[in-house]
Amino acid sequence: MAPSLAVPTTDTLTGHRLDFLLVADMVEPGSRVLDVGCGDGALLSLLRERRNVDGRGIELSREGVNACLAKGLPVIQGDADTDLADYPDDAFDYVILSQTIQATRQPRVVLEHLLRIGRRAIVSFPNFGHWRVRVDLALRGRMPVTENLPYSWYDTPNIHFCTIRDFVELCREVGAQMEKAVALNAGGKPMQVSLPWWVWNLLGYQGVFLLKRG
Amino acid sequence: MFVDGSIRPKYPLFGKPNETDGSMTLSSLSLEARSQADDPSSLVMRFGADEPLMMDAGIALAPWQIAYQTYGTLNADRSNAVLICHALTGDQHVANDNPVTGKPGWWRTMVGPGRPVDTNRFFVICANVIGGCMGTTGPASTDPATGQPYALNFPVVTIRDMVRAQAALLDRLGIETLFCVIGGSMGGMQVLQWAASYPDRVFAALPIAAAARHSAQNIAFHEVGRQAVMADPDWRGGRYLLEGTRPSKGLAVARMGAHITYLSEIALHRKFGRNFQDRSAPTFSFDADFQIESYLRYQGISFVERFDANSYLYVTRAMDYFDLAAEHDGSLARAFKGSATRFCVISFTSDWLFPTSDSRAIVHALNAAAASVAFVEVESDKGHDAFLLDEPEMFAAACGFIDAAARVRGIA
Repeated sequence: MAPSLAVPTTDTLTGHRLDFLLVADMVEPGSRVLDVGCGDGALLSLLRERRNVDGRGIELSREGVNACLAKGLPVIQGDADTDLADYPDDAFDYVILSQTIQATRQPRVVLEHLLRIGRRAIVSFPNFGHWRVRVDLALRGRMPVTENLPYSWYDTPNIHFCTIRDFVELCREVGAQMEKAVALNAGGKPMQVSLPWWVWNLLGYQGVFLLKRG
Repeated sequence: MFVDGSIRPKYPLFGKPNETDGSMTLSSLSLEARSQADDPSSLVMRFGADEPLMMDAGIALAPWQIAYQTYGTLNADRSNAVLICHALTGDQHVANDNPVTGKPGWWRTMVGPGRPVDTNRFFVICANVIGGCMGTTGPASTDPATGQPYALNFPVVTIRDMVRAQAALLDRLGIETLFCVIGGSMGGMQVLQWAASYPDRVFAALPIAAAARHSAQNIAFHEVGRQAVMADPDWRGGRYLLEGTRPSKGLAVARMGAHITYLSEIALHRKFGRNFQDRSAPTFSFDADFQIESYLRYQGISFVERFDANSYLYVTRAMDYFDLAAEHDGSLARAFKGSATRFCVISFTSDWLFPTSDSRAIVHALNAAAASVAFVEVESDKGHDAFLLDEPEMFAAACGFIDAAARVRGIA
């Protein structure tokens, strides 16, 4: 599982991660889904249970792949940066990139592949524009290292952090159409839709976007 | 070729040279192997003159027989059958002691009670391939038309012929669908062929260290092996069984060369390095000074006692001819189009004979065909042979895949 800026917050009743539940809400029942960087298959399992999807996954770690196999999930050991090119166009209804884009070498190329392989793409990522990150950088003059963001700059797998505004700009550049955009607060709850972008960018822990080819 | 030195290495030379004329004599082991060709120490299904095996070479082979072993019990639904496909020099004795060598079955780590392919749970079938020499009809079998071994009169076999023969066996056993087909190397080729030829009969498929086509490099290695066999004067144009000789030297050299391709450089170095065999300095001869030489000679000797040279030619040829995409207008994805089979593909990092790229090509084709596929690349420095060895990561992946598929299939 790709490291997250925000500690995943779970639903107290079901134990499911709130961001996963939000993603699940965006997926039409019975659709074909590819989860890129699917970790131990928690999101795919949730999608299978709740949305009856035909789910597939790609995961870098062998531990993750084995955990998925044990759940009966068809998951391929592979790398988002190199292996997406091999998938045909329109192979899936949704391609999901959950908390992974910041760990890819070429986020733009990966995003373009998502939009090519899937009729829709769902991307969630930690927001590097969050005020605590800004405070760390502005006042301490250091790259933020917190409980929620434990890596030092030199050993982090998160090599391409972006803010919500940065991501919106990338979507515009690759011609992606935003069908839904949600920012999650520190508690993992969606923030008010009526709030302006700059507030989301300041207070949002995570951004979750439902995209379509433009 | 190899000159016997005055110092006897641990594993001296090929065969047992006759004291007087240096010719080879047959050990009791190889006589035992010979008798297996027609009368195997296993179950055997016989097909009569009216039930020919239609072969890719255009020959209707009849009568013919297929030797097999089973383990476990077929359930009432007949839904728990697992077919194990063996590799180039394997046989049907996957989980019992081999009747020729007395050694444990070749995949005891994978198949047996409590193993990933749990014989307490599944009905496991393993059959000797067509063209083999352990009781399924092959070049060492007696041609009923002549009363003599087929030798080179036997039609060239293909992987698809092997699978057709297995399907005929399953028909006879009353097994319509296989819960799972599993195999490594050439066994993996058969798994892929099963999934392509009989998609409705395969619920789950597990090809390990396999490829959808044999590479030019692999054909090249096989050709060297075959030429070694055929260069042995005792091969006698394939008629050695009739003439009472054995191309043991040629077959042993073929095995030595092939054996190197099953290992990795790092595994060879770790196991043998440049260590001397029972000596502390070079002998300035062509004796087996190095442990690796002695080891390879041993591999060669032990192989010729259990395996038929012509069978080696035929089965290597079958692998060479294998190209699943070619059967489907050059598109591997087309071979799996519409397949409802669940696939799990496994490769090994240090396998340079069937490298991970070969497995990835299978995975890509399955993806393009929208088939259900999982893929694991196991970290191992043991080369191609890793699939036969104790590889916990492979067992974990196989277990997870098989158990999950069994739940879906409703197998207790």
